Amino acid sequence: MADRLIPTPSQTVGPFFHLGLDHPEWSDLTAGNPGQAPLGERIVIEGQVLDGDGAPVPDALIELWQANAAGRYAHPGDTQNDKPLDPNFRGFGRAATDAEGQFRFTTVKPGPVPGRGNSLQAPHINVLLFSRGLLIHLHTRIYFEGEAANAADPLLSSIEDAAVRGTLLARREADSQGGSPAHYRFDIVMQGENETAFLDL
Amino acid sequence: MATDPLPYARPRAGTQPPALYPDYASTQKRAPKRPPIRFEHTLSETTGPVFESGWAGPESADLTRQHKGSPLGERMILAGRVLDEDGKPVAGTLIELWQCNSAGRYHHPVDQHDAPLDPNFTGAGQVVTNADGGYRFLTIKPGAYPWRNSPNAWRPAHIHLAVFGPAFVTRLNTQMYFPGDPLLAYDPIYQSTADAAARERLIAEYDPELSEPEWALGYRWDMVLRGRAATPMNPA
Repeated sequence: MADRLIPTPSQTVGPFFHLGLDHPEWSDLTAGNPGQAPLGERIVIEGQVLDGDGAPVPDALIELWQANAAGRYAHPGDTQNDKPLDPNFRGFGRAATDAEGQFRFTTVKPGPVPGRGNSLQAPHINVLLFSRGLLIHLHTRIYFEGEAANAADPLLSSIEDAAVRGTLLARREADSQGGSPAHYRFDIVMQGENETAFLDL
Repeated sequence: MATDPLPYARPRAGTQPPALYPDYASTQKRAPKRPPIRFEHTLSETTGPVFESGWAGPESADLTRQHKGSPLGERMILAGRVLDEDGKPVAGTLIELWQCNSAGRYHHPVDQHDAPLDPNFTGAGQVVTNADGGYRFLTIKPGAYPWRNSPNAWRPAHIHLAVFGPAFVTRLNTQMYFPGDPLLAYDPIYQSTADAAARERLIAEYDPELSEPEWALGYRWDMVLRGRAATPMNPA
């Protein structure tokens, strides 16, 4: 395989990425087809991106990729034909942080998806983080606190330190208990004591 | 029994930039300290958003005709192909592009560099690659500009490009540079990739065949995305 091509190196998005990448309407993953709501539980995920000083990061970009409520990805590589595709849900979202480092997405809660070796992965959303100062983007995942399937999830159960594991859990916000849609909080700490668990993919 | 998806290849040592590169000052408070958790690819990693050809029309590939007048600067064509590690074309994938104007200023409120804005240039475009992985933009050559990374630091002229590819792990955000630019030797963002052959990937080639007479200079630049870790044997 020595003759394979070398992939192009990543470079930072810099501070001016909004010019090419920012489409505020992409932060609502449920809005793909106007007037047609995707199936599943509509949720809001909000949070803040913080740097190693605990300062808000006002120039970060977050991308989400997730399965639909039935646990199927809208991609030809997902051949789970026993699960329906949802014509009103693509599963991709993007949001830039504001001046206070805050972001907000509206989506539906994903269903569980298969893991390797016939395991089952708990409902999760795949996350990419881009910003000035990141020469290459960071990968993480959003899981949902209190989800029964979390206990057997291959990634979560591979993390021994409960505090580190906890950084991957979006927490239901108290003021939305029983409210609709449910609001979840998921902060991303790029560096330091409560640093988010990032993935080597 | 479900078959596990074929994983994507891991980057070879030194061919991608590190998280922490102290010469690029902004990495110091933003690079994670804990090593990332290695995880074998599942369906979550080997799938990704699909962008149909309708996502970007031909007008979004021409950055010189987005306003009433013509932008100032050297008109240039940026064209090439998106390939995977095996040299196979990546068709039907979205490329997003952004850049500063010919004076070195971005159409962005955060950019306060004392260089003129060009009312005829925004500096953003999109294309979807064709069946051969090909893409083509018409734009103007961006200028160099100062930044506050270190005293008297200047970024070499560059164009930002972001590509999706077939999976969430093939996502690429990068910058294209121009051949022979003396600023490359001093630029920590360019220099952050240790492997010299990998760095060369970031530099476009002047291509006289691509230049259009009396109209625009041609620069050719291919982007290479991660490929699958192993290719099944071809029985043919």
